[in-house]
Amino acid sequence: MTDTSEQAGLVRELNRVWANLPGWGSLSAVNHSTVGLRFMVTGMVFFLIGGMLAMLVRTQLALPEQNLISVELYNQAFTMHGTVMMFLFAIPVLEGLAMYLIPKLIGARDLVFPRISSLGYYCYLFGGIIIMSSLFLGVAPDSGWFMYTPLSSNTFSPGPGSDFWLLGITFVEVSAMAAGIELTVSILRTRAPGMTLSQMPIFCWYILAMALMIVFGFPPLILASILLELERAAGMPFFDVTAGGDPLLWQHLFWLFGHPEVYIIFLPAAGIVSTLIPVFSGRPLVGYRWVVLSIILTGFISFGLWVHHMFTVGIPQLAQAFFSVASMMVAVPTAIQVFVWLATLWMGKVVFRLPMLWIMGFLVIFVCGGLTGVMLALVPFNWQVHDTHFVVAHMHYVLVGGMFFPLMAGLYYWLPLVSGRMPSQRIGQWGFWLTFIGFNITFLLMHLTGLLGMPRRIYTYEAGLGWDWLNLLSSVGGFIMAAGVALVLLDLLMHYHFGRKASRNPWHADTLEWVLEQPPAPYNFVSLPRIQSRHPVWDNPELGERLQAGEGSLASIEHGRRETWGTDAVTGEPSEICQLPTNSWLPLLAAGTLALLCISLLLGWYLLALVCVVLAALPLFRWSWENGGHPTAAPLTQEPPGECLLESRTTDGPGRWGMIITLLADGTLYLSLLFGWFYLWTASPQWSAPDAGPLSIWGLALSGILLTLASLRFRQQARRLARRVDTGVLAGLWQATGLGVLHILSLIFVLWTAPLAITESAHDAVLFFMVLFLLFHSVLAVIITALQAWRTRLGYVSAHLPYEPQVVWPFWLYTTGIFWVSLALFALLPMAWGPSP
Amino acid sequence: MVICLLLSACRGPFSTLDPAGPSARDVAGLWWAMFGFATLVLMVVTALWVYAIRRPASHPDQQSAQVMQNRWVIWGGLALPLGSIALLLAFGIPVGHRMLPLPPETGAVLQIEVTGHQWWWAVYYPEQNIGLTDEVHIPVGTPVDVVLRSTDVIHSFWVPRLGGKMDMIPGRINVLRLQADEPGVYRGSCTEFCGIGHAHMQFTITAHSANDFLTWQQQVQEGAE
Repeated sequence: MTDTSEQAGLVRELNRVWANLPGWGSLSAVNHSTVGLRFMVTGMVFFLIGGMLAMLVRTQLALPEQNLISVELYNQAFTMHGTVMMFLFAIPVLEGLAMYLIPKLIGARDLVFPRISSLGYYCYLFGGIIIMSSLFLGVAPDSGWFMYTPLSSNTFSPGPGSDFWLLGITFVEVSAMAAGIELTVSILRTRAPGMTLSQMPIFCWYILAMALMIVFGFPPLILASILLELERAAGMPFFDVTAGGDPLLWQHLFWLFGHPEVYIIFLPAAGIVSTLIPVFSGRPLVGYRWVVLSIILTGFISFGLWVHHMFTVGIPQLAQAFFSVASMMVAVPTAIQVFVWLATLWMGKVVFRLPMLWIMGFLVIFVCGGLTGVMLALVPFNWQVHDTHFVVAHMHYVLVGGMFFPLMAGLYYWLPLVSGRMPSQRIGQWGFWLTFIGFNITFLLMHLTGLLGMPRRIYTYEAGLGWDWLNLLSSVGGFIMAAGVALVLLDLLMHYHFGRKASRNPWHADTLEWVLEQPPAPYNFVSLPRIQSRHPVWDNPELGERLQAGEGSLASIEHGRRETWGTDAVTGEPSEICQLPTNSWLPLLAAGTLALLCISLLLGWYLLALVCVVLAALPLFRWSWENGGHPTAAPLTQEPPGECLLESRTTDGPGRWGMIITLLADGTLYLSLLFGWFYLWTASPQWSAPDAGPLSIWGLALSGILLTLASLRFRQQARRLARRVDTGVLAGLWQATGLGVLHILSLIFVLWTAPLAITESAHDAVLFFMVLFLLFHSVLAVIITALQAWRTRLGYVSAHLPYEPQVVWPFWLYTTGIFWVSLALFALLPMAWGPSP
Repeated sequence: MVICLLLSACRGPFSTLDPAGPSARDVAGLWWAMFGFATLVLMVVTALWVYAIRRPASHPDQQSAQVMQNRWVIWGGLALPLGSIALLLAFGIPVGHRMLPLPPETGAVLQIEVTGHQWWWAVYYPEQNIGLTDEVHIPVGTPVDVVLRSTDVIHSFWVPRLGGKMDMIPGRINVLRLQADEPGVYRGSCTEFCGIGHAHMQFTITAHSANDFLTWQQQVQEGAE
């Protein structure tokens, strides 16, 4: 009796600590279930908008020589269709799904940086709204979703369309980066005790790969977007061939992102397939290690085949051969997975439920898309069908087959978890068959349309070229597919009212999310499990009741904190307790001011933009303030000596990992910038560089020495604290700040006095941008260090709270590193290659 | 009957499946071979999946499961794609090589310069000093190197019945080798999206017999004088 009431009290307290604020207060929610669902619902809304744009396109193309919509609107429609589906639907929905599921699958209570989840969501929402608004204002981007320059440049697209794309998409990408970093660290550092890497549910491997690919794949596009926006707004000619730039640089940077992006979308979807097939076969996945290997292979190969989007731009033979073979090679890990799934079905006893129907649809469509993909990788064939409707058909087979169908399977599969109810088998089947048949009518025929020579992105065509009946049928198929999607949505909506109650774990699955309540409580687990196998629920069907009864770990809540385990990346053994932040308005404030920044840049109000930068920085720094030993977080108390310390009392925790992963992304951006510079130097047709660099090398060297001294001074303080000594730390941090300020001033002086013609020469524009990049990092490092000094004074950083400087130190190291690398290149490059003739 | 219908469906002024030059013919041959092979793979894989779902559970012991797993992965996951890729490259690389603008073993190559503009094509014969708009004339059976440039945005030059396409990029020069087997008018279009006039940015290539080509050349030159 006492046990039950104690347990009820525990659940009540957990609910109080973990609940979102009521009413409008829920906008401050940071909980991963809430934010994940918001991502998915918003993504579905954008999917409907993107779908309507597709219907508009198909209506216009249904008959030859039609003029239902103007060419201007048509160009906006196909550009926005691609943009919305890629950036506002596919990636965010999968991120949302991952954010919702990952903590539940790895036995954690929340993601490791909950406020970042919320910030990501608001950046996505506001960025999406800004981009969509361009459509309603009639000024939507209209140069295609990959925005090739010079068509998207100021000269050929003078309207604000390109700016909406560049600024809006970059804003939305903040959310992708946030999710990528957060998911990586969560999967590596917050798994339930005992869950080794090889005991992770296979879905986590897929999401880990996806998250890391986001970390390395998005920075090239973010850089490219910034450069193109600078070209448009400030006249810095990075892509202008007459000033030594090169439009092909845009294509390289775009596809350096764009190809991994396809696998960023495909991998989570394949993860759904690998999760569902064993469950419906009633046996473990065959060849878990093979699958992990093929996930890793896919990740690596996908970064080495971007040029297959550029076979017709006239690149050297050898490069074409390399990228052609690399593109074909990606078929190997995919084939391994297809046959692993086949073997699992072969050996198991298959229960054919609604999600399996979508999996079958996925198989047929995706294999077909994969096969045409191998064909397209063959250069001679590519030269014929590139930029025709054959490619349009291929990419819809890969993306709809490889993402949408598994996503639907996953939605049907996890629906009972979210709503506690089962969807309708009958409407679901109708929805599937209409979608499947409609899709194939539309796109199977489109292969032939392309082979018959119809280029993509034309708003109309002559009658009698052999394309008429194909286009008509494609349009009819498109509407059938739309009807199917509508039925599925209807089913999803109606099941909330009419669905029968789902039993606990209705599919007899093996993973931890099914031991939770349906729908899960905001804290997921009353107490956290210890994991001993890959299939905890199959091995221990009573696990749910036992965790609910508080028999697992972290089953106390008297401290009133949101807590989950921080564990070792490989073994999963507990190393600290992560204290997670509670509901916060700061993410909404930060995203709101960033949206304002985005709008003021769009309007060209640069003074307001500057104000917005400061306004956006305030909530972000406040955010970093409410951490560690701050009274709203986990102030020092007389803590009972336990085995595990709170993260802020240690010297290495998930926060530090988050910093390092962020720096990996930042470093990728820097490397992309170097790549761009080398590329322009070696490949731009009209590149010109002065004999000696315009920047004063001695001035830079002096500035670098000051930076190094600041950095070393900071390191000394971090080391002291790590040894649990805090004498002299305060003074040391202030000295580091002071040296950093001197470094910044000298760097500004060098930049100010350098004779840079940033609007006339791509070379000078690149140099200028690189120095600005360095300056940005230096300023950030100095501000953070000043805040650390202030926190030390207030006692939030001390011998007992040595954590934060350990998190900041990698940033100093990185800032110093890129400074010296840049300086070396400024000095060496002119010597190595000399000026071009 | 079905074949006739299919073949007639493959005809068309822009059809890559109705080739009229060596490059296009090679690629059309590649396509049909790849299409047959891919269809076979798709059908076999789908059939295996359907069978795997319907067959009764086998419940193999640990060891035979391991053997079966390795067999599927090695044959289906490694041998099948690697073998297919090897086959594809064996046929594809020679085709690609023949499409390159290399000096021919016998005879000369006719050079034509085509420059893309929003939204028209400027055609120029440097040796003959002839300039045209939106139309190209070539002799039959002679390799032609089309030198591609652009003055504004990126365009792409494509005559599907003769061969592959090549982009026209500001600041760069690309060369595309084409050849027509028979006299006739072949249509071409821009395939890189280039703005509101993209759909209508088309041109024709007229292939003449050798004599007719000379006659045409003289007529144009006389007309110019």
